[in-house]
Amino acid sequence: MSGITVNAKINGDPVEFICEADETLLDVLRNRLGLTGAKEGCSTGDCGACSVTVDGRLTCSCLVLGAEIEGHNIGTIEGMAHGEELHPLQKKFIEHAALQCGVCTPGFLIAAKSLLDKNPDPTETEIRFGLAGNLCRCTGYDKIVRAVQDTAKEMRKTNSRKGA
Amino acid sequence: MPLDNAPDSKRKYNVVGTRPLRPDGIDKVTGRAKFGADATAPGQLVGRILRSPHAHAKIKSIDTSKAEKLAGVKAVITRDDFPDHTDGDSALYDTMYNIMAREKALYEGHAVAAVAATTPAIARQALKLIKIDYEILPHVTDVDEAMKPNAPVLNRKMFTDGVDPKPTKASNIARRFEFGHGDVEEGFKKADIIIERSFKTEATHQGYIEPHAALASMSPDGTAELWCCTQGHYMVRDVCARILGIDISRLRVTQSEIGGGFGGKTTVFIEPVALALSRKANRPVKVVMTRDEVFKASGPTSSTSMDIKIGVTKDGLITAADGTFRYQGGPFAGCSPAEFGAMSAFAQFHLDNVRAIGYDVLCNRPKTISYRAPGAPMANFAVESVIEELAHKLGMAPIDFRIKNAAREGTKSSYGPVYGPIGLGPTLEAAKNHPHFKAPLGPNQGRGMAAGFWFNFGGQSCVSLNIPTDGTITVSVGSPDIGGSRASMCMMVAEELGINYEQVRAIIADTSSLGHNDVTDGSRTTFATGMACILAARDAIKKLCARAAATWGIPEDAVTWEKGFAKPAGANAGDFAPLSLKEIAAASPGTGGPIAGHHEYSADGAGVSFATHICDIEVDQETGASKIVRYTVIQDAGKAVHPAYVEGQFQGGAVQGIGWALNEEYIYGKDGRLQNAGFLDYRIPVCSDLPMIDTMILEIPNPGHPYGVRGVGETSIVPPLAAIANAVAAATGVRFTQLPMSPPRILKGIEDAKKAGAKKAA
Repeated sequence: MSGITVNAKINGDPVEFICEADETLLDVLRNRLGLTGAKEGCSTGDCGACSVTVDGRLTCSCLVLGAEIEGHNIGTIEGMAHGEELHPLQKKFIEHAALQCGVCTPGFLIAAKSLLDKNPDPTETEIRFGLAGNLCRCTGYDKIVRAVQDTAKEMRKTNSRKGA
Repeated sequence: MPLDNAPDSKRKYNVVGTRPLRPDGIDKVTGRAKFGADATAPGQLVGRILRSPHAHAKIKSIDTSKAEKLAGVKAVITRDDFPDHTDGDSALYDTMYNIMAREKALYEGHAVAAVAATTPAIARQALKLIKIDYEILPHVTDVDEAMKPNAPVLNRKMFTDGVDPKPTKASNIARRFEFGHGDVEEGFKKADIIIERSFKTEATHQGYIEPHAALASMSPDGTAELWCCTQGHYMVRDVCARILGIDISRLRVTQSEIGGGFGGKTTVFIEPVALALSRKANRPVKVVMTRDEVFKASGPTSSTSMDIKIGVTKDGLITAADGTFRYQGGPFAGCSPAEFGAMSAFAQFHLDNVRAIGYDVLCNRPKTISYRAPGAPMANFAVESVIEELAHKLGMAPIDFRIKNAAREGTKSSYGPVYGPIGLGPTLEAAKNHPHFKAPLGPNQGRGMAAGFWFNFGGQSCVSLNIPTDGTITVSVGSPDIGGSRASMCMMVAEELGINYEQVRAIIADTSSLGHNDVTDGSRTTFATGMACILAARDAIKKLCARAAATWGIPEDAVTWEKGFAKPAGANAGDFAPLSLKEIAAASPGTGGPIAGHHEYSADGAGVSFATHICDIEVDQETGASKIVRYTVIQDAGKAVHPAYVEGQFQGGAVQGIGWALNEEYIYGKDGRLQNAGFLDYRIPVCSDLPMIDTMILEIPNPGHPYGVRGVGETSIVPPLAAIANAVAAATGVRFTQLPMSPPRILKGIEDAKKAGAKKAA
């Protein structure tokens, strides 16, 4: 077995690791880098629990090989809060009881942030389609959608204040 | 201790009924929470399981020699590594048979061998080197086929229980159940209208997002530790220890955060295998199921076949109700929820004459295990479909027909007990008065409703509550927190002690740190473990009062507890300034040492629960695709401790029911192999399929709990199947008697109805 040396950035930090050719980015994150926030729910790209961003683009980390991320920027749930300060989505998910078991939550937060980055004022339908790649079996999605709506509203307020 | 349980209707709550933030929230939104697959141990190996490709096959021989020789392989195990320690306990024997096949592989996916190796790639390669000589046997996967006299028999020693005389010929029918009262034949004679229908439902899976995971570390001396995601780590400990033949107290099980269960994690699958591999390799072993394995080799719920016959007078009074409920439970007896199906089927009605017969049937499918209100949704689908049809035939509004025949306080239930105060009538009245009920419908839309029931359970709980010297509280509970129960436990303790929620933290203790707790199932945790928290807090209050009494030099019974303070009970007790919890805790090292409260018991008095659901659906007449456009859940919670998480239970259950009704099904090929073992082809509802799920919490107190709490987790999955079938019937004019109502099935129904209509016109 010959490992492949990969250099990339994860949550802004430079990382270097060695992985096998058949290891997914999800395997690398979880088993080599100790970042277990991304979860393996299916390994076929159907559940979204392993969602990360690759150069800002929402991606199932189970569908990308570790070796493919050479030179790329990866964003994971571990990088979402800034020190003690939670991202507004993280706060609103707790406030709205938008998680029950919580295993899908990291994936939903990554997907929701990706949506709001592109569309700060989504309709309910846009939120529902924006999160359609993430499965949640506990909540029936109602409180997740409400948490995203509320976050978007608050972030728009904050941003307009900043702008003014 | 006698329980002062009757809820005080005048009690004003300070914490219960509010919506505080959950204590594990930050860990879960930052990725820090440790789930089953997130743990590692020094020197751990990768465990992988080899599974039968055949639905039914005799295992003639297993050759593991090549796999054992592969570099990096540290252990290979088979049935030979599980000598029978079950001592005549047939359910335990079946559990052991299920986690590792013995004489026969009984379904596609049945474990037949396992390996532990240094890397995943070596483990996978090792599995390919294991040679198994199978003799393929005829199989059966359909419940009706399995009951036929010429069906392939799975177990030659299976003679139907519950039939007199007991049959002498082996069959796949494990047991017959019968519930009811009165005389249904006499009842049908009094009926003006009788409707009789047959129904079928397909097997569904709980669909938790977290696959089963276990990290085991077992020494050759029998000392073992296990980390796993489960709804009941004490159950895991007991079952694994007995299968492995070790002392229960030598196995310490720690429950990880659990990524959903819904009943599916109330038994063991990979845990004994991981332990046995670890024992043989003498190193820690981690086993994690793939999604494919979860579908094929965990415990989905039953597929069913049911016949319903209900008679009514022209005034709309039900004179008799009769049902037969055939549930397949996989290859072992006693696994299908046929009994609960038969018991719950007619529980929402006040009936003079009722009979429900259940059959527990074996098939070459995975061993079924609980799925949220096990057995009830399918039976409810059949019964509430006939109810709706009867109402239309009577020319009566379905809601009024249901109200007229609804079970109430004093009703002898269809399964035996007489109801105390129940919330069915109020949920039906609330539905009738709900704006949803009167809202206009668009083209191709239909509205349906259904009412449903679940028993709720109590069971064994053990709670310890510790008060360190700063007066904060740690509550140790042994009930896995599957949807926010740590928050509700803290709330109830804070309520009793008269302190802030923020002063209390709950943890889930491991099996060696706290006494036995039953599995988190039957909607028992907030009721039973919650009541143990209340009683442990009351125990602590007694001790806090005793410390105050000693400080003041007055008798213990001259001290009362009020809003977080010990106070002299009255003027005669003496004039002392109240002592706060914090003050008593700070002084505790000098007044007798640590202060703790405990309670351990088996809880009785769980209160039954009812819900009424209203559903609007739009059906595309050209494709058969359907979309839920509005959905309302109205349910009696008894008392909602944390209303946001009660709503969450209502919404989550409803949406699982929506999936069951419209899309989810186990599809088997003629070869007995599952054809859709993945989330792409086994389609659970996604966000864009759904509208918001409106909820209404009613609170009809349960007399068996100090705050009136009933369980809330399961009832919400009971009515959706029927509510949606009734809505589809309203939208299309076609009555569907088979689930799921997937687009092809709806389209065929519409086209068949059109053809039949055209024939009639011609």
